[in-house]
Amino acid sequence: MRQLLPFIALCCGAITPIAQADIEYSGTATIEQRYFLQDPLFPEQQRAQTSVTLLPEVFMSWNDGYDSLTFKPFVRADQYDSERTHADIRELMWLHASDSYELRAGIGKVFWGQTESVHLVDVINQSDSVERVDGEEKLGQPMLSASYLMESGAVSVYVLPYFRERTFAGAEGRLRPIVPISNDNAVYESEDEQSNLDYAVRWQQTLGDWEVGLSYFDGTNREPQLIVEGGLETNDLVLRPYYEQMQQVGADLLWVNGAVLYKFEAIHRKSNTQSFVAAVAGFEYTSVGIFDSVYDIGWLAEYQYDERDASFFVPAQNDLMVGVRWIWNDPDSTEVLMGYVQDLDDMETYSAFVEASSRMTDNWKWTLNGYFFSTQSQSDPYFFVRRDDHIEINVEYFF
Amino acid sequence: MTKLGRVFARTLLAICFTSVALSPVIADEAEGLRIATERKARNSGWEDTVASTTMVLRDTRGKESERALRVYTLERADEGDKSLTVFDSPADVKGAAFLSFSNTLTPDDQWMYLPKVKRVKRIASQNKSGPFMSSEFAYEDMASFELEKYTFNYLRDDEFDGQSVFVVEQTPVDKFSGYSKQLAFIDQEHYRLLKMDFFDKKGDLLKTLILEDYELYLDQYWRPHTSEMFNEQTGKSTAMFINEIEFKTGLKDSDLDKDSLKRAR
Repeated sequence: MRQLLPFIALCCGAITPIAQADIEYSGTATIEQRYFLQDPLFPEQQRAQTSVTLLPEVFMSWNDGYDSLTFKPFVRADQYDSERTHADIRELMWLHASDSYELRAGIGKVFWGQTESVHLVDVINQSDSVERVDGEEKLGQPMLSASYLMESGAVSVYVLPYFRERTFAGAEGRLRPIVPISNDNAVYESEDEQSNLDYAVRWQQTLGDWEVGLSYFDGTNREPQLIVEGGLETNDLVLRPYYEQMQQVGADLLWVNGAVLYKFEAIHRKSNTQSFVAAVAGFEYTSVGIFDSVYDIGWLAEYQYDERDASFFVPAQNDLMVGVRWIWNDPDSTEVLMGYVQDLDDMETYSAFVEASSRMTDNWKWTLNGYFFSTQSQSDPYFFVRRDDHIEINVEYFF
Repeated sequence: MTKLGRVFARTLLAICFTSVALSPVIADEAEGLRIATERKARNSGWEDTVASTTMVLRDTRGKESERALRVYTLERADEGDKSLTVFDSPADVKGAAFLSFSNTLTPDDQWMYLPKVKRVKRIASQNKSGPFMSSEFAYEDMASFELEKYTFNYLRDDEFDGQSVFVVEQTPVDKFSGYSKQLAFIDQEHYRLLKMDFFDKKGDLLKTLILEDYELYLDQYWRPHTSEMFNEQTGKSTAMFINEIEFKTGLKDSDLDKDSLKRAR
């Protein structure tokens, strides 16, 4: 946190001369119930888990909207898991935009890529993995960035002066290995540890029916490796996250062809311990008003390839995801997304998910997420969570 | 000649006369195109508009739900217009935005911005017949009116709402349109669209659009402050109200692109 202070100071410094800024307050509060379908593996764990979150947002803009500041703190309080009870600054970002460039300073989130089932290219933000098992929730990343805006494209440069450690479930939490992973034991390749200066460059452009992206990242790998020390027998088993340095080249493509979107992402990642290629390719086809109804059905399929052997954080080596997006086109914007991922090397290893949501009133919404894992193989990452199939019901209030 | 024979001959004669009556079809197409061209010409040169609008969705039981939208539109002379739609409500979609480059001959280029995940998603615009924000307006109904998108045929003069109108049949060129044809009711004095009937692919009446409360801007450009789309097959309807509109605000291409989409809010 000490390292974040200069950024907060910088942002505060940028706004002090603002006398007549437009200020907006809004936010989201949720209550979440998680229910696990099987009895837990470990005695400290529970079948059901309740938690609440708060995500307020303050937004102010001045200079005819060319300057803005967004502040979004986040907090979750969990009934049992002290590690899932956590706070974060999702965003504290000053943005200066002009017709040909953008400057950003502060804490924020950046998304890169085109595919749905895995996000290989997207490496700026750390996953807030205690939030949701799919890794789509991210921690706020301190950054300075500049973008040069071209017609239908941009080149962006990022300087990332502080590293965020991945969040892990505590002893009372589900979805963890035999002993909890703790960042208290984290090991870094860089002697600057979390203060290692990372940087990244990205070019993204629309070329007719194509969306093209190229990116390069040099810095601390957001995806740790696990170092196992001690043993269960001696009762001193420790799982240390090891955050190494990496260089990654990434490419992402999307091609619109009629009603079909073709998507592709590929990376080459190099570090002291590994050098590998991973890729994902697939399509999304949407048929509008299926069977003369108002429903839209989107069909998704993506093939995932990764040169690495399975590790705790890398379940996809040679896997196929198939999914269906069912859009109701009703005033409540009801949507259901279902997916199934099959490991093509081991037919007994598969997972499935369902994500559904709908509006209750203008300010209330419910979402339902379900995640299911199955494997017989002790070496597969899903082995740790084989009894952690769960459903999350969220009721969200927007203010 | 038998009686039956005479009836047959008369019918044949009638058919011949009908074909004679239909033969100046080329003239009707020319007149249809003339009216459409005039309609387009009278509504060009406005450069850009910024409008704050409210959309009210009504179901068959009369239950209403509202959306607030801001629409930024940039006129392009030789191509279709660019538009950026920013959602202000309901609260869960606040900050989401939709960017559309309407093209005259190729499918439109469209992107959606999802603020929660900070992601810009390209949309397959061939799905133009799908509903825009669950409303009775399809994506293609929201796109700008371009001559190249239709073939025209003038049908007749008529009266609508106390005004003399041209009735022009428009047939979409794009086979992915959700319509087999549209009937446009255009007032003869100002060439404003007052009503449009939309026919589905089977040829049945699907929707009727009524445009009202026209106001004149910059002494030249008419805009309907109320447009209501009635689905004749389901009984549902959507009303779109313009609360405020400004012309020639100085919008640039860089205000309507993927980068501005991300910071639209």
